[in-house]
Amino acid sequence: MSGVLSNRWLLALAVLAVLLVAQVLLPPYHHTNFARIMVLASFAIGYNIAFGYTGLLSLGHAMFFAAGIYAAGLGAQELGLSMPAALAFGALGGLVLALAVGLIALRTSGVAFLIVTLMFAQAVFLTTLYFNEVTKGDEGFVIAEALRRIEIGGAELKLSDPTVRYNVALALFALCYLASIALLHSPVGRVLVAVRENEQRTRMLGYNTFGYKLLAMVISGTISGLAGAAYALLFAYVGSTFASTQYSIYALLWVLLGGLGTTLGPLIGTGLMSYLVDFASDVTSSYLIVVGVVLVVLVLAFPKGVVGTAIERWGRLRS
Amino acid sequence: MSFGAYFFLAVLEGTVSAFVLALTALGLSLVFGVMRVVNVAHGELFMLGAVIAWWVSQMAGDPLSGFLLALVVGPLLVGGIAIAADWAILKRVDYNPEATIVATIGLLYIIQQSVLILYGPDARAVEAPFYFRVQFPWFGYSGYKLIVAALSAGLLLATWYLLKKTRLGLYMRATQYDQETAQAFGVPVRRVYAAVFALGGGLAALAGVLVVPIQQAHYLMGHDPLLLSFIVVIIGGLGSLRGTLIAAFVIGISDGVISVFFSPTLAKILATLLVALVLVVRPGGLFGAKPA
Repeated sequence: MSGVLSNRWLLALAVLAVLLVAQVLLPPYHHTNFARIMVLASFAIGYNIAFGYTGLLSLGHAMFFAAGIYAAGLGAQELGLSMPAALAFGALGGLVLALAVGLIALRTSGVAFLIVTLMFAQAVFLTTLYFNEVTKGDEGFVIAEALRRIEIGGAELKLSDPTVRYNVALALFALCYLASIALLHSPVGRVLVAVRENEQRTRMLGYNTFGYKLLAMVISGTISGLAGAAYALLFAYVGSTFASTQYSIYALLWVLLGGLGTTLGPLIGTGLMSYLVDFASDVTSSYLIVVGVVLVVLVLAFPKGVVGTAIERWGRLRS
Repeated sequence: MSFGAYFFLAVLEGTVSAFVLALTALGLSLVFGVMRVVNVAHGELFMLGAVIAWWVSQMAGDPLSGFLLALVVGPLLVGGIAIAADWAILKRVDYNPEATIVATIGLLYIIQQSVLILYGPDARAVEAPFYFRVQFPWFGYSGYKLIVAALSAGLLLATWYLLKKTRLGLYMRATQYDQETAQAFGVPVRRVYAAVFALGGGLAALAGVLVVPIQQAHYLMGHDPLLLSFIVVIIGGLGSLRGTLIAAFVIGISDGVISVFFSPTLAKILATLLVALVLVVRPGGLFGAKPA
């Protein structure tokens, strides 16, 4: 476990290397799919920090993702922010909203916390509909092609270019993934897990558990916001769907399927679910039924998810 | 029309929806109170009631017999589905609050998407069983809506009677108050759970049956009743019949008034933020409330 390149970092680097190489092997359709999965998995990583690490069962994380989407989308479109600035603005949107919601919602816990976060997310969703003159509501808007470019030392990168898009998504995912591993194994991360396992005991040991939970919410919201911003800029679309309860449920589903509280879980869960939904939507227009079935099966048979079950079977894969 | 007339209309509309909301929320509140779990699929049971009402209306000869039949078949079928869900899922996760939430989210999608497969994506109207208008000095008002309010009031009274005056009601209250002691005194807690889950679903289904001639049956119609019921249950307090009723009227009527004078979206934003406010003032939230 000691040393710079312990198992956990080796596994992480291997995963990232596979994703890096995959882009030359994947046919175009899956290429785009993978880019999308990596961005959504970053959102799931954000959610995992709240629910998986700290035990805060939120059903409102779509609001942080949407905060990032709207902050970046409107920032680029209305304020003329450059792409990196729009990304940062999106992360800031998630941070500020998570701080505000956390300060209020964390006065409650358990089921009440879940409902309060659901309510706040619903308020955010309705707000995006209410101000439809700016947000274009349900219909949403497309971010202009001309805005979606990054200039690096004279060279210009277009985000609409598949290769650029894939690698920006990979960079974002790598950042969130490595940060989540570092967080989990840092002293702060240990306290977050302690809060999840037994909050009262942690408080008795002298830790300010409210402060730690708020910190977890803020980190979680910031990562979710950053992922939302990247989603808006890479896929050029901003709409209120992303603020709906369904996206909060998706985050929960991806993390549960992958393995609650594991660092690799969010990617596995997002990837599997994405392909499962893809496959089901070819068969039936009621493809969301697989979401329901997977949730029920997970609860009844595999509460630890894919990675969690693997760790149980084959020992310490979690790194 | 004058401001007064508009206001009266808004209050009237609000009152009708408040009665339906009270019925739906009471189901959720009972499940909350007695079983200590959240049924996220509650809105889908409401939707099932509406869809079953449409289905029955297609088979029945005239609207009135269809309506009466739906009032019986709807809650029975939905109650049966609730019992099956209790047996197949809730019992197996031992009513763990978090696992139950995740499982009922799954149930939400399964019910909703099954209805999409079997019933289709269209919104379908059901003819109202009664046609008459009540003439006020300023406008005429649908008589059926007033009957919805009256029937809801009757069903709320019946539920109150069930809870306070029957053996099953006594069992429910005993289980809510202290599950272990109730079991020690011979209350069949598991069967009470199944009964409460069925009763909660049945109430939601009844609300769906009542509302469908006003609103049309659609597979996504369960979303709003679910959120409004959550709001009502939180503001009204855990498992409290009186609190649920009062909150349903506060939310229902203010929703009606704000919807008429401003916008329905704004009304819902304010209602959701009100919930946050309640929890700030009373951090214990719904679990801080004493069952009445």
